[in-house]
Amino acid sequence: MHPILGQFRRLALYLLAWVPLGGILLLLAAPTGVNWPRALVLIVPLCLVYAFICLSAWYPCKGTPLATSGFSRLALTHLMASMVVSMLWTLMAKGLALALSTLQAFRGLDRQIAQGYPLLFGSGVLLYLLSVGLHYVLISTEASREAEQRELEARVLARDAELRALKAQVNPHFLFNSLHSISALTAIDAAKAREMCIVLADFLRATLGMGEKTLIPLREELFLVHSFLSVEKVRFGPRLNLEEKIGAETLDYLVPPLLLQPLVENAIAHGISNLTEGGWIRIVISCRDGPGDLVITVENNFDPDMPPRRGTGTGLRNVRQRLEARYGNQASFDARPEKNCFRVELTLPAEKAVITA
Amino acid sequence: MENQQIQAENKIRAVIVEDEALARQILREMLRPHPEVEIIGECDNGFEAVKMVPDLKPDLLFLDIQMPKLDGFEVLELIGTGMAIIFTTAYDQHALRAFEVHAVDYLLKPFAAQRFNAALDRAKRRLGQQTLPNPGEFAASAREVGHYAERIVVKDGTRVQIIPVAKLDYAEAQDDYVSLASQGKKHLKQQTISSLEASLDPKNFLRIHRSCIVNFERVSRLEPYGKDSHVVILSDGARLPVSRAGYTRLRALLDQQR
Repeated sequence: MHPILGQFRRLALYLLAWVPLGGILLLLAAPTGVNWPRALVLIVPLCLVYAFICLSAWYPCKGTPLATSGFSRLALTHLMASMVVSMLWTLMAKGLALALSTLQAFRGLDRQIAQGYPLLFGSGVLLYLLSVGLHYVLISTEASREAEQRELEARVLARDAELRALKAQVNPHFLFNSLHSISALTAIDAAKAREMCIVLADFLRATLGMGEKTLIPLREELFLVHSFLSVEKVRFGPRLNLEEKIGAETLDYLVPPLLLQPLVENAIAHGISNLTEGGWIRIVISCRDGPGDLVITVENNFDPDMPPRRGTGTGLRNVRQRLEARYGNQASFDARPEKNCFRVELTLPAEKAVITA
Repeated sequence: MENQQIQAENKIRAVIVEDEALARQILREMLRPHPEVEIIGECDNGFEAVKMVPDLKPDLLFLDIQMPKLDGFEVLELIGTGMAIIFTTAYDQHALRAFEVHAVDYLLKPFAAQRFNAALDRAKRRLGQQTLPNPGEFAASAREVGHYAERIVVKDGTRVQIIPVAKLDYAEAQDDYVSLASQGKKHLKQQTISSLEASLDPKNFLRIHRSCIVNFERVSRLEPYGKDSHVVILSDGARLPVSRAGYTRLRALLDQQR
C-alpha cells in the first residue's frame, strides 16, 4: 500500500505542500519575461501532474532499501529515475506551451518559455529527489510502527503464556488430595480440619492474585511456599521435613510470582511422595557479590530406583522459561540430580521495589 | 463357639494399601459401620503390599495408585487380581486401565460415605460370584493407549526388582514365564511373551522369534546360521535365534537406521 496515496489525509497534506513549490517555480519563471497570469496557467497543471509523478518514487525506494543498499546503487537508481522523470516533465511542459500558444491569448508562449527549460529540468530533478527523501522517511516510520506493534503482540503473548502456566502450575490433584485429608480430619480432629481449610484458603488466595503481578517480594513468595507446605505437611505428616536457610536481607528482593512454589511441588511429587521413610526439602536463599545476585537453591532427596515419572520437567521448564523471559542472560538456572539428591539452583539479579512516596 | 467361627469365616477380609495415613484413616472410618468387613492388614507402600497380600489372601483390596516404590498397577502385576479390587485415587486418568484389570470400582478422592458404600456393595456382589484368580499379566498388559511401560517389576522370592525398560537387553519365553535379561542378570516373571511384547514400545523392542524379544539398541550384528536361519549377536556377546519373520522385521529396522 502506498503510504501517501493510501490515506486521504496524507494525500491532501502532500498536495498542499506543492502550493509553495509551485510559487517558487513561478518566481523562477519571472526572468523569462512571461507575465505571471500566463505562467500560472502553465505551472498549475504542470505542478499537479508532477506531484503525482513524484509519488512513483515509492517504488524505487522500496526496491532499494536504505539499510541494505550501497551508496552507489542508491545514487545511481534515484539520479537516473529523477532525470528520466524530469525529462518527461520538461517535454510535457513544452507540449503544453505549444498547445497553449495556438490560442489567441497565449500566442508566443512557447518561444518565450524556451530558455526556461533547463531550469525546469533542474528543478524537476531536485523535486523528485526531495520526494525520494520523503518516501524514505515514510517507509522508516512505517517500519518502526510495525516493529512496535510486533513487540506489543509478543508481550501480550508472553503474558498469556505466563497466565496459562500459572494456572497449570497449581496442580488440581494437590487440591483433591488436600480435600481428602480434610475429609478424613473432620472425624478425627475437627480443629485440625478447620486449620487445614484455612491454610488451603490462604494458599489459594495468594496464588489467585499472583497472575496480575510481574514481580513480588521474596517474602510473599515464601508465604505462598509455606502455606503450600503446611497443607502437604498434614497429608504427609512426619514424612515431610523442611530445612530452611534464608538470609533476612533477601526478603525484600523481587522475584517473579510462583517461582519457588513449582520447585517445592516437584520436590514433593518426585521426592517425598516416593519415599516411604519420608524425605527432606532444603531451601537456601542468599545474596552473592554484595547484593548483586540472589541465589536460590531448592534441594530434595529422592529414591534413585524410581525412574522418572511422566510429566517430569514441565514445572522446571516453566520456571526456566520465565526466568529467561524476565531477565535474559542475567539469570541462570541449573537443575541436576546428584546421587540421591535433586538440586535446583536459580541465580537472578537482586532487585528491590522502587519506593514511591 | 462354632457359631462365632462361622461368622468369622463369612466376614469379608480386607487389606488397605495406601501411603497416606489420613487416607487410611478415612477408609477405616467408612468401614466402621460395616462389621461384616474385617481389616486384616494395612500397607503404606507397594513393596509391603507385594510382600503381605499373597500371605494374607484377602477378599477385598483397597488400592491407591500413586504410591512410593510401586504404583497400584504394578502391585497387581505382581500379586494378580484374584480378589475384589477398589482403587482409591485423586487421579481420574487411570479409570480405563482400572476397568481393564476388572477392578470393582474406582473411587475418586475425596469421596462421600454413600459413594464408598456403593463401591462396597458392588464388591460384595462380585464376591458372591465365583471369580477365577487372574494372573498378574492381565494387569501388565492393561495400559493407556499410546503409553508403554517405563519399567518392569519382577518378584524374586520376597524381593521386588524394578527393571527400567532401557536396561532390559532381551526377553525369552520359558513355559509360563519370561526370562528378562538385564545388566548380565536374568529375572523370571510369570507372564506370556506376547503380553510383555504388547507392553513394550515397538520403537525399541522387536519380537525376533516366537520366544524372543530383543532391545533393538543392544543388537550388534546379524549372522547367518545354518541353511536359512539367522542369529543376532548383542553387544554383550549374547546370541539369540531369529525366525524368518523376525529376520524380515529386523532387516527392515536396520535398513531404516541407515
